[in-house]
Amino acid sequence: MAGKTLYDKLWDAHLVAEREDGSALIYIDRQIIHEVTSPQAFEGLRLAGRQPWRAGASVATIDHNVPTTPFNSAADIEDETSRLQVTTLQDNTREFGITEYGIGDVRQGIVHVMAPEQGAVLPGMTVVCGDSHTSTNGALACLAHGIGTSEVEHVLATQTLVASKMKNMLVRVDGDLGPGVTAKDVVLHIIGIIGTAGGTGHAIEFAGSAIRSLSLEGRMTVCNMSIEAGARAGMVAVDDTTIDYVRDRPAAPKGADWDKAEAYWRTLVSDDDARFDTVVEIDAADIKPQVSWGTSPEMVVPVDALLPDPDAEQDEVKRSGMKRAYEYMGLKPGSKVSDIRVDRVFIGSCTNSRIEDLRAAAAVIKGRKKADSVKQVLVVPGSGVVKQQAEKEGLDKIFLEAGFEWRQPGCSMCLAMNPDRLQPGEHCASTSNRNFEGRQGNGGRTHLVSPAMAAAAAVAGHFVDIRDLDA
Amino acid sequence: MEKFVKHTGLVAPLDRANVDTDQIIPKQFLKSIKRTGFGPNLFDEWRYLDEGQPGQDNDVRPKNPDFVLNKPEYQGASVLLTRRNFGCGSSREHAPWALMDFGFKAIIAPSYADIFYNNCFKNGLLPIVLPDATVENLFKAEAASDDFRLTIDLENQQVLTAEGEALPFEIDGFRKHCLLNGLDEIGLSLQQADAIRDYESRRQAAEPWVFQEPQPQ
Repeated sequence: MAGKTLYDKLWDAHLVAEREDGSALIYIDRQIIHEVTSPQAFEGLRLAGRQPWRAGASVATIDHNVPTTPFNSAADIEDETSRLQVTTLQDNTREFGITEYGIGDVRQGIVHVMAPEQGAVLPGMTVVCGDSHTSTNGALACLAHGIGTSEVEHVLATQTLVASKMKNMLVRVDGDLGPGVTAKDVVLHIIGIIGTAGGTGHAIEFAGSAIRSLSLEGRMTVCNMSIEAGARAGMVAVDDTTIDYVRDRPAAPKGADWDKAEAYWRTLVSDDDARFDTVVEIDAADIKPQVSWGTSPEMVVPVDALLPDPDAEQDEVKRSGMKRAYEYMGLKPGSKVSDIRVDRVFIGSCTNSRIEDLRAAAAVIKGRKKADSVKQVLVVPGSGVVKQQAEKEGLDKIFLEAGFEWRQPGCSMCLAMNPDRLQPGEHCASTSNRNFEGRQGNGGRTHLVSPAMAAAAAVAGHFVDIRDLDA
Repeated sequence: MEKFVKHTGLVAPLDRANVDTDQIIPKQFLKSIKRTGFGPNLFDEWRYLDEGQPGQDNDVRPKNPDFVLNKPEYQGASVLLTRRNFGCGSSREHAPWALMDFGFKAIIAPSYADIFYNNCFKNGLLPIVLPDATVENLFKAEAASDDFRLTIDLENQQVLTAEGEALPFEIDGFRKHCLLNGLDEIGLSLQQADAIRDYESRRQAAEPWVFQEPQPQ
């Protein structure tokens, strides 16, 4: 019998009951809750007269809606509907006995930055959240994926989820990453190859020496965008990097429990003879800094390439999608990436707002200034903890001296639910994860890039190859 | 949840692949704390010529006359015909809520994004998967007809054309059962409360750290 994949092991370890029709009840160790996708779930509990099965399994914070300018209480949130979601979460977590890291708490931040940072997510856990980028947490060898609001309610009420087993996909990236090539470039390159539906129905395990060489934060960036590759869950097996990251986190086990936990966590790797349904092999040497040009994350090119010709595309559905994207983006096939001028720059989001992302951006701009043609550069740390660390290292000063804005933690311009957004027609170099039409503001044009590439574009006023910059 | 057994309805064609949840219901409408009322803002950026905001009177907003749902012949449509990877993007259940609130009962496409597909079933909206070629034929048949209606028979897992052609589709048994009977999934899962408790005590003994509560405020 073939060995087990990491996903097989996580699935088996959480199986509560199998049903005759092939669906199963799986146990959920941790649920992360935020203000946008939870109000209707709590309302559902209330209407049915139900209580949370285990309130301590959940942890809540506010991120999607919060302003990134300083505020002291919910009353300071100008937008009435945003304020209502923030206060509704406060009320709901109090009523149902769930811990919330709210306004003024240094732990407040983007759900997928806060949870691993606090040790609320540990290797081997099942982790869900009403947010598709929950896959981020898979970097800790978790089975972590987004769910809808009905499922948020289901998990609150039963601590389980009705699920069907996904297929196994292995994406192996072997070799050394070139200078200037980051985790973000790796995952954009992967999506460019397999497409936004390439991982549909699968759980992806990212493996290979190039993935191993990434920090835990970098692995989170890769797992984060599993969903842009169509897969609900992405994950990386446990190794020393994982263990070192988890050690000493506030909610990590201590003493004898730690030793026992570590011994178990070390088994969370795919067996040598494990069978994957789909295998994708990528040579790290082929990966260059990436820039998305269109309105789907698969519409991505290396920074030194020309924008692709839709007429060369064989697939009719794809060809018409590309043409529509060119129209929306105001770009022409065959033009150079470096000719794309940027109006705004956004450095943040659950993809790239951790400390190493801010360090990478700061390293590029130290001693430089934002181009006059760039209207705004927002730097939005992923959590209060990240913000504090960055300020300790003086990164905030580097950003401010360059003419960037240093903001409070939140999702911000990744999805423009708060006041941070693009104006129609503006091009944005963004470290976020989605370049859909209108994602960052009605009519806005998003280009997905790494933090270093975003910072370099802010300085030049257009995209530049990070590899050409002086060190 | 509302039952879904059999439905006959007018088909609206949305000839695009990779329709994402930001298009289905833009983020500014996610600030509601209710499950209803999203229908007027379904496909907001394509349907209206101005930028939509919550709380507006949508009846007076300028409409895009070229968008399929604004055309007179598609008023009252309840079956959405579209292309592959429909519903990609975020996990927002507001997407199926908006489709249902608008009046859609079923969607037909070659494929869906996983989370969206799952969310549909929690709300009595039936996402039907048919092969690419079959979907292409339906687009053609729709274009050739003034009043293209399809019947969806969930019990027998068939889409029936007015000419009597039967197009079979696959669906997971548990989901079908829940839809046919309009079942409350939470109630069903709670019938296995003993199994959940047994599982928890086993895990708690082996991995107590999993049950560590987050540090309070």
